[in-house]
Amino acid sequence: MSERKRVGLFVTCLVDLYRPTVGFAAIALIERSGAYTVHVPEAQTCCGQPGYNSGDKESALAIARQVVTAFEDFDYVVAPSGSCAGMIKTHYPDLLSGDSAFAARAQALADKTYELTQFLRDVAGWDGVTAEFAATATYHDSCSALRELNVRKQPRELLAKVGKLSFKELPDGEPCCGFGGTFCVKFPDISNRMVEDKVANIEATGADVVLAADMGCLLNIAGKLKRKGSKVQARHVAEVLAGMAQDPAIGEGE
Amino acid sequence: MQSTSHLFKDNVARALKDEHLQQALGHVRTKFIVKRTQAIDALPEFDALRDAARDLKNHVLSRLDEYLVEFEGNVVKNGGHVHWAATPADARRMILDICRKAGAKTVTKGKTMVGEEIGINDHLAANGIEPIETDLGEYIIQLRGEPPSHIIAPSVHVTKDQVEATFRKIHTDLDPARNLEEPASLLHEARVKLRGRFIAADVGITGANFLIANSGTTTIVTNEGNGDLTQTLPRIHIVLAGIEKIVPGIEDAGLLLRVLARSATGQEMSAYTTFSTGPRRPEDVDGPDEFHVVLVDNGRSKLLGTEFEEMLRCIRCGACLNHCPIYHNVGGHAYGWVYAGPIGAITTPALIGIEHAAPLPEASSLCGRCEAVCPVRIPIPKMLRAWREEAFERRLHGNRARWALKVWAALATRPALYQLATRIGVGVLGMLGGRRGRFTSLPLAEAWTEHRDLPAPQGRTFMAMYRGKQ
Repeated sequence: MSERKRVGLFVTCLVDLYRPTVGFAAIALIERSGAYTVHVPEAQTCCGQPGYNSGDKESALAIARQVVTAFEDFDYVVAPSGSCAGMIKTHYPDLLSGDSAFAARAQALADKTYELTQFLRDVAGWDGVTAEFAATATYHDSCSALRELNVRKQPRELLAKVGKLSFKELPDGEPCCGFGGTFCVKFPDISNRMVEDKVANIEATGADVVLAADMGCLLNIAGKLKRKGSKVQARHVAEVLAGMAQDPAIGEGE
Repeated sequence: MQSTSHLFKDNVARALKDEHLQQALGHVRTKFIVKRTQAIDALPEFDALRDAARDLKNHVLSRLDEYLVEFEGNVVKNGGHVHWAATPADARRMILDICRKAGAKTVTKGKTMVGEEIGINDHLAANGIEPIETDLGEYIIQLRGEPPSHIIAPSVHVTKDQVEATFRKIHTDLDPARNLEEPASLLHEARVKLRGRFIAADVGITGANFLIANSGTTTIVTNEGNGDLTQTLPRIHIVLAGIEKIVPGIEDAGLLLRVLARSATGQEMSAYTTFSTGPRRPEDVDGPDEFHVVLVDNGRSKLLGTEFEEMLRCIRCGACLNHCPIYHNVGGHAYGWVYAGPIGAITTPALIGIEHAAPLPEASSLCGRCEAVCPVRIPIPKMLRAWREEAFERRLHGNRARWALKVWAALATRPALYQLATRIGVGVLGMLGGRRGRFTSLPLAEAWTEHRDLPAPQGRTFMAMYRGKQ
């Protein structure tokens, strides 16, 4: 019997707080995709981006060390977010490069950390999606998935296997949705113009639902769609891939 | 140039309400991006060229002193003069001296962003010498009394109707009934007006895209040929350039030219690429009698060896502006100084001080599109973060955000406490959000709820639910 690899789930703060379903969907997907067991370390909160992106390096460092310590013993680390996976994979080595006790460990953690759809396709090589979702969907690539992790084809390959789903590509898909962490509240008026453009493009596809792999983008996009009174739903891609899209969509009631 | 970078938020509010500006900015989003993409798709080795361009600039920066001295030696050998300007005031004085010695009354100018940096036009005008911009875009904004809003498209913020209105207001000697509906007729009018000025000018000032060390040659690219006329017709040609513009040889300029035009306008090459090597020689049919190069430091050399050195690789193509969602929405003037967009947000703090430009590095969602298109691979988001770090350390943003971060960090580094606090907070929010699943307003979240609803949490934290299931 082959030994099962141990995967540490980095839940991400927004999934933890806003959308636990996504965390359970991620666990189900990883365990279905191969000989993996998923573990959720207790000592996790956030990846440290609020500090890192606001110039508070001291706070970012403290959190990064905590994450490295909590996750370095797993074979893989997976996050249902391009933003948090990108933080660990591309920024931790840089952030911790001056810390002799942590530099090599940060690099080792970075090397085995993946965004969820990236892990399912590139590591597990999985194409066994069995879920059905009767809707027309479009997909929003987060900036970090697209440009930090070069993740674009993976979620599309997985969605192509979902039964009853028809897919419409989002026009002008490269620009940011305007979330940007604290950016959206520091510069609300610019952020608003950006999400207006994004939502207009989403609506132009005629899709019933917009999917994405980052809760930050999804909260922003769902919030704008709802404010406009749009019927388009917003969901995390993991819910659809895992067949766990029964809960109300993001920002929708019972 | 007087900076309003510290007033960025006010500038943004004005820009977002400016209908002409919003209309004009539409071109940036569509035209520039599509043309660049087409040009790059047609050149499979483009990414390899970018690597080579990055490596070349890094090499030059590591030996900048040697190449600058080599350049000076060759300019002098060719019969030209090199002036070393540590500060904008030095550069202004040097240029005014040259103009005064020549008894200059008018000066034609090819496009130079360093000219904006040192405020040369105002200085010449204040001393009785009339500067005349000859790039069409620069000419338009000079008539309108505005600075450029884009590195390569200085009047991109102006609509065609506004150009027409400006021409009618200033060119009062022309027939008021003339047709200025078409871009071609506007262009024609500017050409007619400028032709006489080219011939009458005593001095021509241009910028430089590259300074070639081993030959003492300066290079300028334009699409209108105005650079050629500016530097060949007057008796004196002054090249005004930042010290980082140096390249070792002409092949290196060739490499950078291949990535420059494609990144900037989507052209394979700009329409005119002009090389100037010293004053007119006896056997030359034309050219200036005197050739001066004013090398401007203005804080650049202080960046060498620091985490900000890489911004000196910039070849001023404007691609980062063209792909920036912030620039798309607010335009160039909101940035408040010479350089706009992502490169402006990292360059302005370097040249005028972070204390005078603290909002600029904050005004980014760190989407990374600027870095993705940069022909010399400047890690702009990384530098934005570096400026934010400096601003945070120097407490330039007040205490509220600082305290919020520290409280958040104190919680985030205590997982048990964090999970207790979030479990309670999320429970309350989930209950308040209730049936509707979202908030249309919420205390302390107005910046969010002003423009969009705030989705409510599902009601329990993942960590609490997961623990319950184990």
